[in-house]
Amino acid sequence: MTSATQSLPRARPKEERTARRRSRDPRSSPIALVFTAPFFIVFVLFLFWPVISALRTSLFDESLVGGSSWTGLSNYTELLHDPDFWAAMWHTAFFTLLSVPPLVALPLVLALLVTRVRRMQWLFRLAFFAPFVLPVSVVVLIWNWLYQPGFGLINSYLTSLGFAEVNWLGQPGVAMISAVIVTLWWTFGFNFILYLAGLQEIPRELYEAAATDGATPGQQLRRITLPLLSSTVVLVTVLQIIASLKIFDQVYLLQLGGPGPENSTRPAIQYIYEAGFTQYRIGYASAMSFVFFLAVIAVTLICMRLIRRAGTKTVVTE
Amino acid sequence: MSTIIGSEAPGGLVEGPGRGGWARPVIYAVLVTLALIWIVPILWAIATSLKPDAETTVAPVKWFGSKVTLEAYRAALDQGNILKWYFNSLITTTVITAGTILTTSMAAFAFSRMRFRGRDALMWMVLAGLIVPFQALIVPLFAEMDSFGLADTYWGIILPQLAAPIAVLVFKRGFDALPRELEESALVDGASMWHIYWHIWMPLSRATIAAVGIFTFVHAWNNFLWPFVVTSAGSLFTIPVGLATVQTSYGALYAQQMAIAILGALPLLIAFLLFQRQIVQGIANTGLKG
Repeated sequence: MTSATQSLPRARPKEERTARRRSRDPRSSPIALVFTAPFFIVFVLFLFWPVISALRTSLFDESLVGGSSWTGLSNYTELLHDPDFWAAMWHTAFFTLLSVPPLVALPLVLALLVTRVRRMQWLFRLAFFAPFVLPVSVVVLIWNWLYQPGFGLINSYLTSLGFAEVNWLGQPGVAMISAVIVTLWWTFGFNFILYLAGLQEIPRELYEAAATDGATPGQQLRRITLPLLSSTVVLVTVLQIIASLKIFDQVYLLQLGGPGPENSTRPAIQYIYEAGFTQYRIGYASAMSFVFFLAVIAVTLICMRLIRRAGTKTVVTE
Repeated sequence: MSTIIGSEAPGGLVEGPGRGGWARPVIYAVLVTLALIWIVPILWAIATSLKPDAETTVAPVKWFGSKVTLEAYRAALDQGNILKWYFNSLITTTVITAGTILTTSMAAFAFSRMRFRGRDALMWMVLAGLIVPFQALIVPLFAEMDSFGLADTYWGIILPQLAAPIAVLVFKRGFDALPRELEESALVDGASMWHIYWHIWMPLSRATIAAVGIFTFVHAWNNFLWPFVVTSAGSLFTIPVGLATVQTSYGALYAQQMAIAILGALPLLIAFLLFQRQIVQGIANTGLKG
């Protein structure tokens, strides 16, 4: 009895509390910050802070093996006059210029062709997409073997057909093209699949109506397919530009970590990597990182404007 | 396997009667030729790996050696560290995939279902994060990991790869598409937001979880640059980093080089053959690039 009466006054505020909790929608409570916290802790520590850190460190003459002193903008004046840095920036731009057109156009043509056949579609998709799931080091091992002089498959076939051998990896002017061929083979499938998805969204009735009206396949392609596919083409182009600007892996591995014949392939990220991890010049590497970072962001923002103008909804990077 | 997206001729042109009779054989010929060209590098790697090593470096090339042998595979497994690399890749990739799904779906749930101060500012940060080129930040990121004492550790490989703003957007789009009524009755019953997230929204988001999971897995498994930067001890190498050392350390033993390349490619190639449909649809739906 006494315990029951004692518990009564306690019960009432508890009821009030739950009532208040119910009236206050949990969907607008600070608990949301708990949900976002794990992601944003990781995000700030590993994506946001490195940007700030690059800017700060670039103003110091800092070394990975210890020692750091304020140098103001001298890292930036040094990179302005560093021909190797600008050569590396050019190699990245050159790789982008060489790789984007074939990686935008060829998958488009192949996707258009594949949708015209009825049998073996899955086989074509398998063949064109399979290389995309290989790790880059596997891709490079295979292509380094294919590119070998003498007993490499490509040169062997070239000579048996009466052509001269090509020094795929060791000749300036050819080495970068070889890297583009590897990239085309490796990542072709990704763009191919994006095009197939875009083609799938075009209503079949449009073609049926056009065919009933006597439109030829060529007219259907020009008047229906290409106009309705244009936003996918823009999306693929933009994703490809951004991906190509980040070139490092396959060029670095094909050249065994070197700058390429007569320093003709070393891309920007590789030069930054070398400054940071083989010369331990963290300050200088950070300055170059920051310049490269701004350049990529600038290109990305221009591209995103193009996407918006083309009316594509999806905005994706990486 | 046979029905991936658009097996019913997506966007297929419809030909009028009597037209295009010559076109189809030409198209088949072009497609078959190109598909063969695309598959030849992989076939050549397999063919090389099955030869005795002495017969690989002869001109003119032959597709088949004097005998088919698994000698190169045995040698690669014996002297290589590929089993260790498999283990490192598996453990880091699994943690990255689970961690990415959990953290990004929680954040997306808050963005999709809750109102809170700073919501817009945080959403802007996610969008800004999309355009940050991670690859440009390896030097400051390494210095940071080093100062945390995380260089040359599993956590050093894992943590930076969890920051995937694109996955937040993919999950948010998935959550936004679910009807709000589903959570109303749970709210009336006094369910916590965690309960609603874990027991209502996540089970309904299996397709999104699969898409994000598959792509995070493939991307993390194949990621070369970051594990390459953050590890120097061979015992921590992942498959892509370990295989990158093969070319120089194996010299001209091409049968062994190709055997180890095939072994390195095998896990994802098998996964691709098994989950071809999900992988292809995941790309098509999210535009996520590995």
